[in-house]
Amino acid sequence: MSERVPLVDYLVLDDPPHLVAKQCTQCGARYFDRRNACASCFAEEFDSVPIDNDGVLRSFTIVAHAGPGIEVPFVAGVVDCGGTSVRGNVINVEPDAEHVSLGMPVRLATYSLGVDDNGTEAIGFGYEPVDGEPTEPGRA
Amino acid sequence: MSASEDIWILGIHMTKFGKHPDLDTVDLGAEAIRGALADGGVTMADMGVVAAGNLMGGGGIGQQLQKQVGQTGVPVYNVSNACATGATALRTAIMAVKAGECDMGLAVGVEKLAGAGLLGGGGKPRADGKVYEPSGRFGAVAPTDGRIGTNTMPGVFAQVGMEYGHRYGGTSFELFARISEKNHAHSTLNPLAAYSKAMSLEQIMNDVMIAYPNTRPMCSANCDGAAAAVVTNGATLKTLSLEQQRRAIKVSASVLTSDPWQEACQVLPDVNTLTRNAATQAYEQAGVGPEDLDLVELHDCFATAELVHYDNLGLCEEGGAVDFFGSGAPWRDGSKPVNVSGGLQSKGHPISATGIANIWEVCQHLRDECGDRQIPDAKVGLAHVIGLGSACGVHILERAAA
Repeated sequence: MSERVPLVDYLVLDDPPHLVAKQCTQCGARYFDRRNACASCFAEEFDSVPIDNDGVLRSFTIVAHAGPGIEVPFVAGVVDCGGTSVRGNVINVEPDAEHVSLGMPVRLATYSLGVDDNGTEAIGFGYEPVDGEPTEPGRA
Repeated sequence: MSASEDIWILGIHMTKFGKHPDLDTVDLGAEAIRGALADGGVTMADMGVVAAGNLMGGGGIGQQLQKQVGQTGVPVYNVSNACATGATALRTAIMAVKAGECDMGLAVGVEKLAGAGLLGGGGKPRADGKVYEPSGRFGAVAPTDGRIGTNTMPGVFAQVGMEYGHRYGGTSFELFARISEKNHAHSTLNPLAAYSKAMSLEQIMNDVMIAYPNTRPMCSANCDGAAAAVVTNGATLKTLSLEQQRRAIKVSASVLTSDPWQEACQVLPDVNTLTRNAATQAYEQAGVGPEDLDLVELHDCFATAELVHYDNLGLCEEGGAVDFFGSGAPWRDGSKPVNVSGGLQSKGHPISATGIANIWEVCQHLRDECGDRQIPDAKVGLAHVIGLGSACGVHILERAAA
């Protein structure tokens, strides 16, 4: 059976797949990258914490011009997942302003990036719309 | 602050922004320096320090410029702070004068950017490896730009404006396009602007979409240009001619901030907090408030960015930027003219020059030397820049007492 690897190390391919953050044990600040210390309180110890899969689209753009080799258009956004902000694309949606809106409820979804020469499959993530009432502007 | 500790802009100059195929980075920087020295009635022999900024060239721009305009052996600080590089150079020269290390300092910023295309999007062809191996700080097995959000500047700043809409409501594609319409209209009076044609709302909205809601004319214009300034202290200014004293512009506040940690600031750059901090410090230093400003040049790198800075600089109530724009206040005939130069969207944005060129614009109004686009009787102005990463420069400038 071929192996699967996540696009980034903070995507955990469990059932269901989810993101994890490094949380500062002293002040609770959360990060997704490899850390040297906490930028908020300068402490050096972190716990791994799971991030909610459900969230609200706090901001987005529909990118029509990007670097070479990047397929456009795509929707880039910031999702508020239970108080933790996550950067990700909005996927499984028509990439236009009629189908994507601020405050839209979204949920983590994964997709295949393809397989490499060893047969290893890379799995990426994004956020897809789910049914529900959008958060009204001003009440975010 | 005593008079001797006051900081003054003695001379300042910006080149025409636009395409300069026959001038290289050094030519443009040298033109700006020689212009600023002539404007101040001084020479390179008077400069005790040189601070220079340039991002796209080969490095060491300060010494390269000295080799063309005057090698006097004074210290050179080559600075780099993204789009705030020019303001950082100015701030460096001001700090040297304030510290008493010298009586006069020179700051210059220059960039060759015409035809540079999209910034921030990598620039290298994407090469997905044949074997997925984690690398970098996110342990990524493939490039993440375009897969996990966007690194392009139009897309990042689009999200900055959209986030404001999520928090406070009232934003729309048309609103952002109207902000751009204002700046393109303003630029028609600026002979040094890279683009000086008015654009209708329809033209702006129907132009090429770069990153919704920013179409091409709503993005800062890549172009060539340079700007330079000579700063001095109050005691030295008193020894100069009455004409030099009359034209000198007081630097009532000079502030540079970086972004303090906030939730989400490493997910989407937070250009708000450091601007609010810089503005607060600047108003306190200068002893003036936003209500005292006769004009503002702020960092409209994208139409979506201008909106949030109305709020960040305190030009309106918190959350009130949409209404502020709707009132007509930031038009040149409004109550708080913003970007009467045409701003980065129309005047242009040669990155390292921008943070001094916006100060040149304010100075020309305060000197009553701004020709057709003069804001009548301007006494106090503010210049703001943001370099993503981030750095924010805010300078408050005041006309010399008559």
